Amino acid sequence: MSELLRFATAGSVDDGKSTLIGRLLFDSKSIFEDQMASVADASERMGLEGPNLALLTDGLRAEREQGITIDVAYRYFATPKRKFIIADTPGHVQYTRNMVTGASTADLAIVLIDARKGVLEQSRRHAFIASLLRIPHLVIAVNKMDLVDYSEDRFNEIVEEFGSFAAKLDISDLTFIPLSALNGDNVVGRSEHMTWFEGSSLLHHLETVHIASDRNLIDARFPVQCVLRPHTDEFHDYRGYAGRVASGVFRAGDEVMVLPSGFTTKIKRIETFDGAVDGAFAPMSVTLLLEDEIDISRGDMICRPQNQPTSAQDIDAMVCWLADETVLSAGSKLSIKHTTRTARAIVKDVKYRLDINSLHRDEAAETLQLNEMGRVSIRTTLPLFFDEYRRSRETGSFILIDEATNATVGAGMILGET
Amino acid sequence: MNYELSHLKTLESESIHIIREVAAEFERPVLLFSGGKDSIVMLRLAEKAFWPAKIPFPVMHIDTGHNFEEVYEYRDRRVAELGIKLVVASVQDSIDSGKQVEQKGPRASRNQLQTMTLLDALEEHGFDAAFGGARRDEEKARSKERVYSFRDEFGQWDPKNQRPELWSLYNGRHLRGEHIRIFPLSNWTELDIWQYIAEDGIEVPNIYYAHEREVFERDGMLLAVTEFVTVMEGEKPETRTVRFRTVGDASCTGAVESDARTVQEVIDEVSATRVTERGATRADDRASEAAMEDRKRQGYF
Ligand SMILES: Nc1nc2c(ncn2[C@@H]2O[C@H](COP(=O)(O)OP(=O)(O)O)[C@@H](O)[C@H]2O)c(=O)[nH]1
Ligand SMILES: [Mg+2]
Repeated sequence: MSELLRFATAGSVDDGKSTLIGRLLFDSKSIFEDQMASVADASERMGLEGPNLALLTDGLRAEREQGITIDVAYRYFATPKRKFIIADTPGHVQYTRNMVTGASTADLAIVLIDARKGVLEQSRRHAFIASLLRIPHLVIAVNKMDLVDYSEDRFNEIVEEFGSFAAKLDISDLTFIPLSALNGDNVVGRSEHMTWFEGSSLLHHLETVHIASDRNLIDARFPVQCVLRPHTDEFHDYRGYAGRVASGVFRAGDEVMVLPSGFTTKIKRIETFDGAVDGAFAPMSVTLLLEDEIDISRGDMICRPQNQPTSAQDIDAMVCWLADETVLSAGSKLSIKHTTRTARAIVKDVKYRLDINSLHRDEAAETLQLNEMGRVSIRTTLPLFFDEYRRSRETGSFILIDEATNATVGAGMILGET
Repeated sequence: MNYELSHLKTLESESIHIIREVAAEFERPVLLFSGGKDSIVMLRLAEKAFWPAKIPFPVMHIDTGHNFEEVYEYRDRRVAELGIKLVVASVQDSIDSGKQVEQKGPRASRNQLQTMTLLDALEEHGFDAAFGGARRDEEKARSKERVYSFRDEFGQWDPKNQRPELWSLYNGRHLRGEHIRIFPLSNWTELDIWQYIAEDGIEVPNIYYAHEREVFERDGMLLAVTEFVTVMEGEKPETRTVRFRTVGDASCTGAVESDARTVQEVIDEVSATRVTERGATRADDRASEAAMEDRKRQGYF
């Protein structure tokens, strides 16, 4: 059975992201001849010497014209061990909102660093965003090792420099790999030029990094998406609660509690189109049938009586502001979407703004502008049933929507009750 | 229990979650059904999402009139089985009513005309969400697409100004007249689709499997000889063993030479192929490098 691994690539412009992705796709035979021909063709028209693999992922006209990545592109490849979804994210600070789009669901992030240039502001920013989004695994790919004579010393310098910055971040799994995306050193196979490196190649790491335990299998949370009532003779009294397990495990026979009502009952059956299952765990989409008829609707949360999420209306969160036309400040009124629940929210306070490069907290800040992040207190019109983001990405995240423009303007990671 | 989910089950679960979100949050969703393998899989996922209840929205076929008979048969049978409503929006009707003009010449295709018929039909029926079976692995402009893709009152896509889309929190808010295209198969590849068809025992029209057919070569593609295309001078129709990798307007969808007569043989073929699905078979994408982006901007699928 092959598993799915989602990873995002980030790094400064020209550090070699596109070359690396091109190499992974090429070596896993996932670049097709017609794609290669069209890349070669476009490269020639642009007056380039060889085919520019960046054109494989920079699919928009504007991106090709400007030679930059504006929005995240998704690419797919598979090896016998795993199937991979790559989110190739833009590096420029003005496209941070597109970067977080690609990175929010990633199991792993690769931040590229040019071995000649060392750790740049962008590298730090991307690593910080990866840690903030709690991407469980971070790979620092020190690229272009061919240009520094495959020097072990240079690699160690970068490891040390980045390491002292990373110590300030909350990163659970950090791996450094020296490579040359251009020549393929340590990308798929181990490099002959860097026998001093004892770790595995990037692809080997991607294939074997342990992701099964990244999921939260402890806190049983089932946000109800909709109620299924077939109204047919065969299923006359059927009332099923459809949803996707956000975290934890549910089993037939389990005692469960429904929020906000607080009623308790037992799980009668867990159904899918393909038959009943004994247990359901994240991220399975199933339908729960309960022993008792209680009033449950979309936006309610099914959990276990001994392990409930926090239920609160005053919430503190790290918020990344994604809008260019408006700012977030105390008094801002927004629509908030959390699990399957939608409510309204008012910003009570901007507690501090975070300088992403120095990690300094600016407590005098009163607003968050485009691509800025900070700690914010909000109050919602309805209670939300949440866990800390660090415990559960699914029940710890929310988005903010501008009620006038309908745009998605904020991404929130819950820290706790205010 | 070992708490492991295969990649196909993970994709299935993600798609079902998306489909349920849409049913819960939109007033009038519709599923665009072409009779092609992707929309067949999408329809199956919708069936799974609401079972044992019926799918709570209709399906709509934008019918160019240039389809293979097998596809119509399949469509009607499936819709009857599911007991759901079918809306057919016909390009022929748009032409007859004078809203659109048929392209002329032997290379005429109705593919382009579908966009207007689609947008008109969405408006006429007041559909505010339209499920499409597009996949990100198909094409470079599609690889940029969100799961929920906002369309303005002209049905246009603005690729440079897409809504951020984080976690599995989708923003479907829109004003009257605007709509959202929903792509539940965003993360599926052609191979995933076939593996799923195999695993789930899903039936697809038999033109997806190798068969004998009269075809001729044009622009490096094999087009079927049908009443919808004019064979030009120098083009030599001959019978070959082919199958279709995509099913679209017969005038611009090419067949590929193939001996794959079973699902497993198709999977083996797709695993080994060196050419993308659209590259092999779609004349519409060959028009220019940004042909798909341009069509999508205007409101194409
Ligand atoms: N010498 C060398 N050049 C590289 C390497 N990786 C990338 N490059 C070159 O660096 C430039 C920028 O690479 P690109 O992949 O477009 O960077 P991106 O902006 O991060 O996507 C290109 O000219 C590449 O050929 C490497 O490992 N060694
Ligand atoms: Mg690039």
